[in-house]
Amino acid sequence: MSIFTKILQYIFTGLTIGSIFAMVGLGFNIIYNATDIINFAQGEFVMIGGMVMVSLTKGMNIPMIPAFFLTIIIVAIVGILLERLAINPLSNPSIITIIIITIGASIVFKGLAMLIWGKDTFILPAFTGETPINVGGAVIIPQSIWVLGITLLVVACLAVFFEKTLLGKAMRACATNRKAASLMGINVNRMVMLSFALSAAIGAVSGVIITPISLMDYHRGTMLAIKGFAAAILGGLGSGAGAVIAGFLIGIMESMGAGFISSGYKDAIALVVLLLVLFIKPTGLMGKSELR
Amino acid sequence: MNIKNIFIFILMLAAIVIFPLFVPNKYYISVMVVVGFNVLICIGLCMLMGYAGQISLGHAAFYGLGAYTSGVLCTKYLFNPWLAMLCGIIITGGVAYLIGVPSLKLKGHYLAMATLGFGEIVFIAFNELSFLTGGPSGMTSIPRLSLFGLALNTDLRFYCFTWVVVLVTVILSINIVNSRVGRALLAIHGSERAALAAGVNVPAHKIQIFVLSAIYASIAGSMYAHFVTFISPSSFGFMKSITLVTMVVIGGMSDIWGACIGALILTVLPEYLHVFHDYEILIFGVTLMIIMILMPKGLFVGAMDGIEWIKSKIFRKTNEKDTVGI
Amino acid sequence: MRLSRRIVILLSACLIIACFGISRIAKAANEPYKIGAIFSITGPASWLGEPERNTAKMIADKVNAAGGINGHPIELIIYDTEGDETKSVLNTKKLIEKDNVLAIIGPSRSGSSLAIIPTIQEAQVPNISCAASIKIVQPVSERKWVFKTPQPDSFCAEVMFEYMLGKGITRVAIITISDGFGDSGRIELLEAAKKKGITIVADERYGGKDTDMTAQLTKIKGTDAQAIVNWSIGPTQVIVTKNVHQLGIKIPLFQSHGFGNTKNIEQAGGAAEGVLAPIGRLLVAERLPDYHYQKKLLMDYKNEYMEKFGAEASTFGGHAYDSMYMVIEALKAVGPDRAKIRDYLENMKGFVGTAGLFNFSPLDHNGLTKESFEMLKVKDGMFVIAD
Repeated sequence: MSIFTKILQYIFTGLTIGSIFAMVGLGFNIIYNATDIINFAQGEFVMIGGMVMVSLTKGMNIPMIPAFFLTIIIVAIVGILLERLAINPLSNPSIITIIIITIGASIVFKGLAMLIWGKDTFILPAFTGETPINVGGAVIIPQSIWVLGITLLVVACLAVFFEKTLLGKAMRACATNRKAASLMGINVNRMVMLSFALSAAIGAVSGVIITPISLMDYHRGTMLAIKGFAAAILGGLGSGAGAVIAGFLIGIMESMGAGFISSGYKDAIALVVLLLVLFIKPTGLMGKSELR
Repeated sequence: MNIKNIFIFILMLAAIVIFPLFVPNKYYISVMVVVGFNVLICIGLCMLMGYAGQISLGHAAFYGLGAYTSGVLCTKYLFNPWLAMLCGIIITGGVAYLIGVPSLKLKGHYLAMATLGFGEIVFIAFNELSFLTGGPSGMTSIPRLSLFGLALNTDLRFYCFTWVVVLVTVILSINIVNSRVGRALLAIHGSERAALAAGVNVPAHKIQIFVLSAIYASIAGSMYAHFVTFISPSSFGFMKSITLVTMVVIGGMSDIWGACIGALILTVLPEYLHVFHDYEILIFGVTLMIIMILMPKGLFVGAMDGIEWIKSKIFRKTNEKDTVGI
Repeated sequence: MRLSRRIVILLSACLIIACFGISRIAKAANEPYKIGAIFSITGPASWLGEPERNTAKMIADKVNAAGGINGHPIELIIYDTEGDETKSVLNTKKLIEKDNVLAIIGPSRSGSSLAIIPTIQEAQVPNISCAASIKIVQPVSERKWVFKTPQPDSFCAEVMFEYMLGKGITRVAIITISDGFGDSGRIELLEAAKKKGITIVADERYGGKDTDMTAQLTKIKGTDAQAIVNWSIGPTQVIVTKNVHQLGIKIPLFQSHGFGNTKNIEQAGGAAEGVLAPIGRLLVAERLPDYHYQKKLLMDYKNEYMEKFGAEASTFGGHAYDSMYMVIEALKAVGPDRAKIRDYLENMKGFVGTAGLFNFSPLDHNGLTKESFEMLKVKDGMFVIAD
C-alpha cells in the first residue's frame, strides 16, 4: 500500500466521519443564529432520527423514501415540542440556564429512547448496497458517498434558504437584532420555533444517513453533540460554512492522527488543534467577532 | 460574614454534627462523604461561574488531576499521602494557570468549548498514559489517609475529616467573595469593560479565581482517591464536568450556599430515584428541566425569594391589622 | 364486673402478644435470604447489565416458586451502577450496610469490579463478579472474598493464539477499544503473544464511541499481518467487522469473547462471515452432542430466557446465571452465614455452569480452564464450532 493510497484512504474516512460532525454543527448554528442558544440536545435529534427510521422501516415495513420524510417530520415535531415546552416559557434566561435546560432535555430524550427502543443497538441497511468502490487503491463505501452528498445538499439548501427566501431572511434578522426584527413585523416567537424544527430536521437527516455506517443506540447522542459543538465553535458560531469546513477538518485530523501518529490520541490531536485555533483566533475560523 | 451567612453556617454546622447521630445506617454516611467532595468542587466552581461569570465545562479534569497525582505518587513512588495531596494542588494549580491564561481570554460559548476540550484532553491522557495511570482499567490499592496517627479508615472518620475541610473552605470562600476581590469579580461578571475602566485588573482576577477553583477540585480529587482507594478515568470524564456545573446552577450560582445545596440535592436525589428503575433517567432529566424553568436562578435563590414572599405577606397582614386597629 | 373486664383485657392482650410472637417465630423460620446484585443496567455498558439482571431475576423467581432455599425465599436486591465506579462502591456499601445481604453478585464491568474490592474485603462479604479481567481474583491473598464466573481474558488470548499457531499464523495485528475491557484484553494479548511466540505487528486503539475504524485498519492493511484480533464489546465490534470487510482485508478476523451475542452477526450482515472467536458454548448449545456435560443446562437456560424475555440469551447473562446458582448452592449447604458461604465457594468442585466446569480452590477463585472456551466461527449467519 503506497503512502498516497493511505492518505487517500484517511481522507475518505475523515470526510465520512467529518460530515456527521458538520451536520450536527450546522444544527447548532441554526438555533444559535435565531436565538443565541446552544442546544446541547442537538445530538439526541440525530439519535432519535436514526431510531425512528429503524422503527418505521423495520417495525412497520414502510418503504425507505416515505419513511425518510416521515422521520424528518416526526423529529421536527420533537424539536418544536422542546422549544414550546422548555425554551419558550422562559423570560430572558441566561446562557447557562439554557445550557442546563438543554442538557436536561438531552437526558430526558435519552431516558425516553431507552424506554421506547430498549438498550439494543440498531442498524439500517445501506441505501445502495455495501460493495465498496475502489478509487486509486483506496476504498469508499457507497453509503459514505450518500452521507457526503446529502450533507452538501443540505448545506446548499440552507444557503439558498437563508439568502434567497423571505422566511430565511426573517430568521437571519432575528439573529442580528431581535427587537428590530420584531419591530419590522417579524414574528420572532415563531422564528425561534421554526429554527428548532429546522435544526431537529437536519439532525434527523444525519441520523438516518449515518445509522447504516455507525449503528445507533439510545446512548449515542452526547458524543455526537460534543463533536458537533466542536465543529460549530471551530468554524465560528453563526457561520454555517465554517461549521461544515470545521466538521470535515476535525474528521480528517482524527483519521490522519489515528493513521500517522497514534490511534489512542487521535481525539486529543483534533482538540489540541481546536484549542490552538481558538487561542490565536478567539472566534473560530470564520466567526464574526462576538460583541459583548 | 454577615448575619445571614453566620446563621446559615451555624445551621450547616449543626446539621453536620447531628446527622451521624440520627442516621439510620452507616451507608448514608458514605453518601454524605461523596456529597462533601462535590460540595468542595462546587464552591470553587460557583465562585468562578456565579461571581466571575466564567463558565467551565472541564472541571472534572482538575478533580481527576488531584486524584491521579495522589494515586500515582502514593502507589508508584510511595509518597506520604499529605505530601502527595500538596503536590496535587501544585500540579493542578499550575496546569490551571497554563490553560487559564489563554482560555480565559475567550468568551461565552468559546470558553465553554475550550474548557470542554481541555477536559477531554486530560481524560484521554488518563487513559493513554497507562505506564503511570494504569490506563482505562484504573489503579488499585491507593493507601488510606491518616491524621495524627489516627487512620481515617472508617466512613465516620472520613466523614468528619471531609466536612471539616468543607467548613474551612466555606469560611475561606465567603471571606474571599465578600472582600475586595469578590467585589472585583462581581464587577467583571457585570461588565468586563466597565470593570477594566474602573481599574480592576480583570485578567489577573479571572486567572486567580480559576486557579483557586481548580485547587478546590484537586483537593476533593485527592480525598476521593484516598476514600475509594481505586480510581479510573471514567470517573473524571465529560459527564462529571457537566454534573458539577448542573449542581452549581440548580443550587443557584449567585451564592455559595446555593452551590452547596445543589451538590447535596443532585448527589442524594438519585438515591431516591432508584425505586423508579428504568424510569430513573427520565425523571432525573424532567426534574432538572422543571427546576430550571420555574427557578432559573436556582433553588437557593428560589427558596430565599419564597421566604421573602412569605415575610412580606405576614408583614403586610400585620400592617393591615394595625391600620384597622387605628 | 370490673374484674371480669380486666381479665378480658388482660387475656386479649396476652393473646395479641402471643399471636405476634408466633407470627414472628414463624417468620423467623422462613426469613428470606437476601442476595445483592449490582449490574450496569443503564449507561454505556447496558447491554451487559440488562441480560444479567433479567437472568438473576428469572432464577430468583424460579427458586421462590419452587419453595425457596430450604424453605427460605430469596430476596434479590438489584442496584444499577450505570457503569460508574463511584456508584458501584456506594451501591456495594448500600447492599452491605443497609440491606445486609449475604452475598453480592456482579458488577458487570472489570473497572467497577476492581473498585469495589476494598469495600468487599473490609466488610467480609462473598462477592462473585460477572466481569472478565483476571486481576479481579488475583492475587488471591488480597482477594479472599472475591470470586468470578466469566472466563478470564488470558484464556481467551491463549486459546486464540494456540488456534492461530495450528493454522501457521505467527504475525498478528491487534486493535482494541480503550476502556477497561479492551485495555485488559490488550495487556493479555501482548503477554500471551510473548509466551506463544507470536509477533504483534500492529497495536491500534479506538474510543468507545467511535463510528469508524477504517483509519486504524488501513494502517494494519499496510503491514504483513496474517490475522487481526479485535478486542471490544458492544457496537464497535460490529463496526470493525464491517470496516474490515469494506477495506477488502482478506486475512482472518478474530474477535474476543465479548462477541458472544448472536445480534452481532445480524447487525454485521454478511461481513461477519468467517469471523472467529473463542466463546463459551452457550451460543452453540444446539450443536453440541447430547452427551456433552453442558448440553442440558445450556438448552434449558436458553429456552427459559427466550420464553420469559423473548430474546436470545447471551453469554453475559450466563455469567449471572452461574453466579446466582453458586450462591444458591452455597446457601443450601451452609445456610445464611457470610464466612461459611465464602468457605463453601472456595472449595466448590465440579460445578457445571454456562461458562464451563468450575473447580474453585484457595489458589484459584475463577475455577475454569481453557477448555471452557470453544473456538467458534460464523458460518451462514450462525456460530459453529471452528475446525
